[in-house]
Amino acid sequence: MNSVILEGVTKTYNEGKVHAVDNVSLQVKSGELFGLIGPDGAGKTSIFRILTTLLLADKGTASVQGLDVVKDYRKIRDKIGYMPGKFSLYQDLTVKENLTFFATLFGTTIAENYEVIKDIYDQIKPFNDRRAGKLSGGMKQKLALCCALIHKPEVLFLDEPTTGVDVVSRREFWDILNRLKAQGITIMVSTPYMDEAILCERIALIQEGSIMQVDTPDQIIQSYPVRLYAAKADDIYKLVQDFRTLDTVDSCYAFGEYLHLTMKADKPGDEAALLQFAQAHGHKGLEVKAIEPGIEDTFIRLMNRKTQTDG
Amino acid sequence: MKRLGFLLQKEFRQIVRDRIILVMMFAMPTIQLIIMPMAANFEVKDIRIVVVDNDHSSMTARMFSKIGASGYFHIVGYADSYQHALTYVEREAADVVLEIPVAFERNLVREGRQQVALSIDAINGARASIGGAYLNNIINDFSQSTELDVVRDAHPVAANLPLIQMTYSIWYNAREEYKYYMVPGIFVLLLTLIGGFLTAVNVVKEKEIGTMEQINVTPIRKWEFIAGKLIPFWIIGMIIFTIGLLVAWIIYGIVSVGPLWLLYSFAAVYLVALLGFGLLVSTYSANQVQAMFVAFFFMMIFALMSGLFTAIESMPVWARTISSLIPVTHFVKVVRMVMLKGSTFQDVHMEFIYLIIFALVLNTWAVINYRKTS
Repeated sequence: MNSVILEGVTKTYNEGKVHAVDNVSLQVKSGELFGLIGPDGAGKTSIFRILTTLLLADKGTASVQGLDVVKDYRKIRDKIGYMPGKFSLYQDLTVKENLTFFATLFGTTIAENYEVIKDIYDQIKPFNDRRAGKLSGGMKQKLALCCALIHKPEVLFLDEPTTGVDVVSRREFWDILNRLKAQGITIMVSTPYMDEAILCERIALIQEGSIMQVDTPDQIIQSYPVRLYAAKADDIYKLVQDFRTLDTVDSCYAFGEYLHLTMKADKPGDEAALLQFAQAHGHKGLEVKAIEPGIEDTFIRLMNRKTQTDG
Repeated sequence: MKRLGFLLQKEFRQIVRDRIILVMMFAMPTIQLIIMPMAANFEVKDIRIVVVDNDHSSMTARMFSKIGASGYFHIVGYADSYQHALTYVEREAADVVLEIPVAFERNLVREGRQQVALSIDAINGARASIGGAYLNNIINDFSQSTELDVVRDAHPVAANLPLIQMTYSIWYNAREEYKYYMVPGIFVLLLTLIGGFLTAVNVVKEKEIGTMEQINVTPIRKWEFIAGKLIPFWIIGMIIFTIGLLVAWIIYGIVSVGPLWLLYSFAAVYLVALLGFGLLVSTYSANQVQAMFVAFFFMMIFALMSGLFTAIESMPVWARTISSLIPVTHFVKVVRMVMLKGSTFQDVHMEFIYLIIFALVLNTWAVINYRKTS
């Protein structure tokens, strides 16, 4: 059964000039940990706001737990938890006051749904009487998550929960999400970080308001149609420029300390040919190897395709 | 209802935690009421006068002492010529030049009439006209006084000429003290600030920090949220109104002549109207700076066009029309009427209806617009 369904949803701003969400159709299964992966401004937040009944779509329909986001918005609000990208709790209220406040708004109490938030709440409990504004970034995050979970929602929407959070807290956060998933909560999470994509069960790659691909992270990596090479040299900047002049190279971009390359047509002996070409241009400290593509490579490839067809 | 109760609890908790706002809310009425009526004073006093006495007679000496004794004027200098006297005005050392012609006394006794020249610095128009009028009065008075009986005997006024003298008595503020005019005005200003400013900023703050959105995804009803925002400020407004009445009584001894319940009923309705105004401003603003600016713009118009500090009666017709469209105008009028004149509900029932209309219109508009934007 699908927990979240989007059908041809379009949202434009500035009188139709800016397509924030462009004809998006998606299904999120019940109990799934679903990731919406895309850069800033891809339309992730708009999709969340439509699903959480905060924003009306121009076109298309959307439903959460079988309830229409326009007609049944009131019923939906009882069933969902939403954590916006920006910390938006009362900074001048304490941890406990914030939590009690949101519990009351949902007509429940902390005690009633304690087991849902127990894992997370236990970590911030020592700061119960501290004002939310005085918490560290990771603590704020946990408090916000507690507030979104306090009414035991069936679907949880997390808009860029790990943006601006340190690496350790990020890992911890994903552990928490997996434990919540184990409780049967459907989770839809967005992130601009490609390394977090593999932590989701299924992901949608989104760019400029439209979905480029939806699949499991493994499938997405396997569906990479060509071979991918990594190359590096002492003068990496010159290496990019040299490779880009080579006719047989389809794409070449910097990726960490390496360059990632794809060829227009894969043939055996590409590695050697690339190495030879670079040597001929006087590069030192050379290394060329075939590698497994990552989500980011897929994303870049799809993005380039899209700009080519659009342009 | 339980949720509303909790919203109110949260709102009060936040207000109490914001030290500056809290202090301001209670210090403001007290300080404003103490300082403003004393400082902002339209009474014209201490007018500095330079005399050019070309006569040097005993009569002019008596005239000057009468002017000096009036309490309104200071004779700051005696100049030997008009030109010289003007230098006082140019240096801002004097406001008025009084010139007495040569042989003033002699000619007055001989002809029964004489003229003196008054030149007034009119940069401050109100001060000039009021000061001029005072000085005129004093000189008139002088000419009626027994000291000039000699002159009147020598030149009897034609017997058939009726001597009409206009006299007047001042009501409701017998000593024409400015504080009676100001204090009720400041009450109104305070309620306007609390109602308009604080609500607008408070609601926009929720929008700005994103808690509004967080609240919107909860099942809470719009009316609950709005009521949760308006009720605390309504209560605070009423408390401040009470503080104001106490300060006026303790410091100025001003006690409302009219019934207190009438004042409170008006304050209650007026606050609802102003809270609606604040809410309206907040629905049009995206952040606190915008809300402050918009609210401030209207506050200035309210303060200057509602008759708080200026008389509506002396405004041109178009300005009076605008003035009547401002809720503050009606409230300030009622507060003065009830406090100083002891007007009854019968006298001010139209204003009550106006305020109810303002409250309904502003709140409905705000709620409709609030729906649309969120």
